[in-house]
Amino acid sequence: MKSLLSGNEAVARGAWEAGCHVAAAYPGTPSTEILENIVKYPEINTEWAVNEKVALEVVAGACFAGARALAAMKHVGLNVAADPFFTMGYSGVTGGLVIVSADDPGLWSSQNEQDNRHYARHAKVPILEPSDSNEAKLFTKLAFEISEKFDTPVLLRLTTRICHSTCLVDLKKRKEQKIKGYVKDIKKRLMLPAHARLRHIIVEERLKKLEKFSEVFPYNKIEWGKKTLGIITSGIAYQYAKEVFPHASFLKLSLTYPIPENLIKRFARKVKKIIIIEEGDPVLETEIKAIGIKVTGKEKIPLCGELTQNVIAMSFSKKAKAKIKKDKIPPRPPVLCPGCPHRGVFYIINKLKLVTSGDIGCYTLGALPPLSAMDTCVCMGASITNAHGLEKALGEDFSKKLVAVLGDSTFFHSGISGLANAVYNKGNLNLLILDNFTTAMTGHQPHPGTGKLARGEQGKRIPPEDVVKGCGVEFVRIVDPNDLKETETAIKQALEFDGVAVLIFRRPCALLVKPKPSYRIVPELCNGCKLCLRIGCPAISLKFPEDREKPLAVIDHALCTGCGLCTQICNRNAIIAPEQANT
Amino acid sequence: MKTDITNIVICGVGGQGIILASNVLCYVAFLEGLDVKKSEVHGMAQRGGSVITHVRFGEKIYSPLIEQGKGDVILSFEKLEALRYIHYLKKKGIVIVNDREIPPMSVLTGAVSYPANIERKLKKSGKTFFIDAAKIALELGNIRAVNIILLGVLSKFLKFKKESWEKAIKENVKEKFAELNIAAFDRGKNIITT
Repeated sequence: MKSLLSGNEAVARGAWEAGCHVAAAYPGTPSTEILENIVKYPEINTEWAVNEKVALEVVAGACFAGARALAAMKHVGLNVAADPFFTMGYSGVTGGLVIVSADDPGLWSSQNEQDNRHYARHAKVPILEPSDSNEAKLFTKLAFEISEKFDTPVLLRLTTRICHSTCLVDLKKRKEQKIKGYVKDIKKRLMLPAHARLRHIIVEERLKKLEKFSEVFPYNKIEWGKKTLGIITSGIAYQYAKEVFPHASFLKLSLTYPIPENLIKRFARKVKKIIIIEEGDPVLETEIKAIGIKVTGKEKIPLCGELTQNVIAMSFSKKAKAKIKKDKIPPRPPVLCPGCPHRGVFYIINKLKLVTSGDIGCYTLGALPPLSAMDTCVCMGASITNAHGLEKALGEDFSKKLVAVLGDSTFFHSGISGLANAVYNKGNLNLLILDNFTTAMTGHQPHPGTGKLARGEQGKRIPPEDVVKGCGVEFVRIVDPNDLKETETAIKQALEFDGVAVLIFRRPCALLVKPKPSYRIVPELCNGCKLCLRIGCPAISLKFPEDREKPLAVIDHALCTGCGLCTQICNRNAIIAPEQANT
Repeated sequence: MKTDITNIVICGVGGQGIILASNVLCYVAFLEGLDVKKSEVHGMAQRGGSVITHVRFGEKIYSPLIEQGKGDVILSFEKLEALRYIHYLKKKGIVIVNDREIPPMSVLTGAVSYPANIERKLKKSGKTFFIDAAKIALELGNIRAVNIILLGVLSKFLKFKKESWEKAIKENVKEKFAELNIAAFDRGKNIITT
């Protein structure tokens, strides 16, 4: 049977067919839908972990028990999980262990464009790179088999265009696997130096075996075309290259570490010249050059950004480059939604001209004009620690105009340790937790602060304020971010407080609540002062009617959610609630 | 590239129901026994930002992305977004545009103005149809039906069976909205005559 699946849905299906028992993930674009789809298979014990390190360690524990286990994360998530990832490379597995890394070439929704194929080499574990959903499913299953056969974790590397592209996939039945059970084996699982030294030798021997396996792995394969041009490629780049060079010979690599040296040499001997088409870094290119084969690669093909058929064609033809003409069009970057509860906080931060140490989430959009209320954004949880470091360098006075801002899910992900550090080291951190009861940016996944579990059932809720108090914070207040007066007063009090102060701005994500009726502008009262535009609400715009001397603010009733933030800013009372309009 | 491949660009503003429309289209092609690929973007790009989805079907599809200048149809849910992606259109291609302006933030704040003459520019690029989908959606009693109305318009240019469209709609929308969406599709289908 065939079905239309995205790459992420296909990985979930593959895990299920492979008899996977345990899965964990922290949401992150483009990987999120992997776990969201695994949740649909009751045979797999599934959970949202608080971060990627936790997710990987949880599934590593399941693997110790002889269960098949999978952790999924976005590329930068593997940085968070790198510590257990490397050591699990030494420990090896009992049940199959698959780690999915979803990279984001083109930075559709990420803070960097790192190429996680390097991780496979760095940790000395094999890596599989599917080129569409069908392979994503198949390779997930093969990854479990390779993992158990060679006693190694396997990295399954996807990219945005694999994760979020849909194609036809062959569906198979689930093949149940027995959980082997726990057997004590400290030389394998207790990585003391004495044990790890021995494991390192085993890792190197394992690599030799994997090199041989890579030579015969059926999905490292040659597709003969004309012998004048040979293309070596992997992942999504294969699909683009097939369209740009339909007549060339192809060596399509799927198990890309360790590379099949002999197969590559055989291919190279038969073709006149070789182009390596890979997205991101010259990973294959470097290794293939190292075995003495002359190739063309990154001197032609861009290192930065996504590949497409056009990008590849333009790399080799000036004519293709000349063909593309584009009009200059106003950009449309993403924005905070109408009614977003973060808006009020950023409006006040902007008004008070504070320095804002920012973080990763929807609220990073508060950095954009007109709110322009964020100074830094490095990685999950760094708002707190960066702010602490700024204070360390510039002194206590600087902290009087400095806030750290992060969301509830990010707080549980990696904010707590930074907060404990600031309290312990006598910092004057002013932390604003934007608590919208969800992980909003990735499509509303639950976390400990919501108390809901992956399948929607009730878990144990951990209120962020309890964690904050538990870390020894003495100034903790819960504030409604849609009340601008209260928000401003609370931020000022936090800034004045001597020691760590935490404000929890609590209001659910606008996409999770039913919108209220739209507000209205009273044209007679509006003088076109543009004050209401400063909150950057997509529902408010300025019009220039011919019959008016002054411009007029207009509310798009299809977009307005009735949050009422704009009424608190207008000092002419020109924005009114629907119930006022009726009277 | 083989000529038996049909390339449809669906674009607009995040939150307009573009992904659902592309899912339905993709499913129709699947029901008609074609190879089909679709590519879309999630995450930050969806929050009111510019969104483009590629749908391709035919005998054998490799890339999920449409090459610039190779799009048979651009179906845009917003005027400015049609202009943004017009370079995807092939010569004498078809442009279906929802007659709606959603100003981006730079326009809302007055930093730049919403481009004038979009209609003229689009008409220079291909055969262009402006559709007031919101008006029909409101007549049907649900503004969210805009995406399926536009799919109905698109269906005039594709050779898929009516039953396939109806089945694809039913498979992709909640049961209680199936009837509304099929009505929306029929209205869309009858807007233009070719």
